[in-house]
Amino acid sequence: MILHPAVLALLTGALLTCLMMLYAGWYGVRILRNWDLQSGSELQLELEKRTYLISTLISYALAFELVSLFLFVYTADRLHLLFTGAMCAAGTLNAHGFGYPLLLLKIVDFLLAGVWLIVNHADNMGHDYPLIRIKYAGLVAIAPLSLFEFYYLYRYFSGLHADVITSCCGSLFSVDRPGISGDLASLPSAPMLIVFYAVMTATLLSGAFYYRKGRGGYLFSALGCAAFVVGLASIVSVVSLYIYEIPTHHCPFDILQKEYGYIGYPMYASQFGAAVAALGVGVLTPFRSHGSMSRVIPAFTRRLTAIALILYLLFTLIVSYKIVFSPFRLGG
Amino acid sequence: MNRRIERHRNILDFAISSLLRRKGKNLSLLAVYAFIVFIIASIVFFTQALKREATLLLEGAPDLVVQRMVAGRHDPIPITYGDKIAAIRGVSAVSPRLWGYYYDPFTGANFTLVASDDDPPAKESIYIGSGVARIMRLTTGVHWSLRGAKGTPAVFSVQKILPGNSELVASDLIQIREDDFRALFDFPLGRATDLAVVVGNKVEVPTIAAKISRQFPDTRPILKSEMLRTYDSVFDWRGGMVLVILSVAVLSFVLFAWDKATALSAEERKEIGILKSIGWETGDVLLLKSFEGMVISLTAYLVGVSVAYLHVFFFSASLFEHALKGWSVLYPRFGLTPVIDPYQLCVLFFLTVGPYTVATIVPSWLAATVDPDAAMRS
Repeated sequence: MILHPAVLALLTGALLTCLMMLYAGWYGVRILRNWDLQSGSELQLELEKRTYLISTLISYALAFELVSLFLFVYTADRLHLLFTGAMCAAGTLNAHGFGYPLLLLKIVDFLLAGVWLIVNHADNMGHDYPLIRIKYAGLVAIAPLSLFEFYYLYRYFSGLHADVITSCCGSLFSVDRPGISGDLASLPSAPMLIVFYAVMTATLLSGAFYYRKGRGGYLFSALGCAAFVVGLASIVSVVSLYIYEIPTHHCPFDILQKEYGYIGYPMYASQFGAAVAALGVGVLTPFRSHGSMSRVIPAFTRRLTAIALILYLLFTLIVSYKIVFSPFRLGG
Repeated sequence: MNRRIERHRNILDFAISSLLRRKGKNLSLLAVYAFIVFIIASIVFFTQALKREATLLLEGAPDLVVQRMVAGRHDPIPITYGDKIAAIRGVSAVSPRLWGYYYDPFTGANFTLVASDDDPPAKESIYIGSGVARIMRLTTGVHWSLRGAKGTPAVFSVQKILPGNSELVASDLIQIREDDFRALFDFPLGRATDLAVVVGNKVEVPTIAAKISRQFPDTRPILKSEMLRTYDSVFDWRGGMVLVILSVAVLSFVLFAWDKATALSAEERKEIGILKSIGWETGDVLLLKSFEGMVISLTAYLVGVSVAYLHVFFFSASLFEHALKGWSVLYPRFGLTPVIDPYQLCVLFFLTVGPYTVATIVPSWLAATVDPDAAMRS
């Protein structure tokens, strides 16, 4: 176990989130079973009051998820000094089997919690709780994930022992290594760049179309998710090369370090924000003619689309800036 | 958009004025809260600053130190090993080092004796660190008698006192000539305390270390990165241990905050009742309560962190130094370089504001969902 203050902070935060989510999930089950808007029973009034508590709890839990994702990666990055052979977060995460699954789980939790808050916000704008069942069914599904997250986090940090020999990011993300990280790196760089710009252009165009005409929400949402995955893959396979100016270094974590001007933070933050907004559009679109939602959802999803477009545009601009102004050039 | 900002601004105004109306209760909460932040922030700042000092210190250390082990104990190493190590490809230089400790029975302090090749003192003279000068009350030109290995006293004259800015490294240091060193300790000729190895390409250090331990199985190569790592984990561990012990204090603070937030006075309940009956919604009251919490949290956080900063960097963390620094008769006096790291601030925010916020969510909600008629009637 590494008793670093940040590790304690992450564990405390994860425990608190887990407790809040489980509490909210428990009331989610009660709401799913007993909700009846027509009824004036005491139970119904009590449940209506509870919805305020639950949305407050989840808002705080999401805020924690957001900060803790970055804090986690940054802490992993800081801890690399403790492991022989680790040069950045890649090595620290690899030092224990729970490292990468935990990172993945945190990303998924972050995205799901973000989408839940979007649905919650839309639901609060309607006067007749139109999305209440969907919302709480979602909550019941998400709540156990936070328990897993806490368990994984605990297992990961308690399993870390300083001095464990790990492969450094240089060998972990090198082309000949099997596994997910190696696969990402071995995607050919030049075609990946074409795919990246193609997907981004398609996303931006479909978003602009949806924003103007109010049609094609599913397409935009699907492209937005694809852009998220392609964006992450292209950071590993090609963008990183331009940032590090070395043709063999594919690490997605080094860009978070000071040496590279913390450029990774705006890159990842814009991508994650855009992905949540784009996912939100896709989740809300089926309910656009659902009772009072017919007046709320079209305007709200357009706003979400605008946010996603701005963030993806920002991400593309950062990436393009790095590619254009880097002295590094991909040879044929 | 403007209307929403205006609404938030008005509620924030109301929150501040309602906090000021209950000065006594809120100030006591603020004091306890700021104290908790202060303690935790002091520990975090202090351990970070010590880690930084250690890192800066070790920057000048050799890439690799080779020690000879006999029966698991450190033993003088034959200087001939150095020539063979220098022949390993990638090694730029090998220099034998002579150093040791001298225990002074009168003060109970341990001094570090180093025989140095560059700028050595004159025969039977020494340079001493400022800590040594302080504890032995020595000045330049004074003679000082050290007890040799054979029991005979050896007299040295103090040629120079090392400058105070090297206190952390040189506080307990005595620099001596090599022949004086060998004579004083009866140190065998042809042997050194250890060998310092300089490697051209830092990436090759582990490979060279592996080659050395294969070629000389009785030696132990110690890497600079290993030393850095050890310091890092030791300081983190110490800071973490103190934090774990303090978690009881944080827990009691959380209970205290919970209690304060739950115990609404009749007046407060009536206030919320009136607000709701004049048209405030549950969401507005919740926002009001969370603004109150934020104002308290941010104030306590800023006060706690600022006081901790002063405590650590201007008063040398006098409250915790013994727990965190370690202990020695002759401890270097050193000021820590003031540094503020956004990462540490974020960690602190998590450790202190997080638990408080979670503890006040349910009480705020209870207050916000109270029925107006019931509240006013109570």
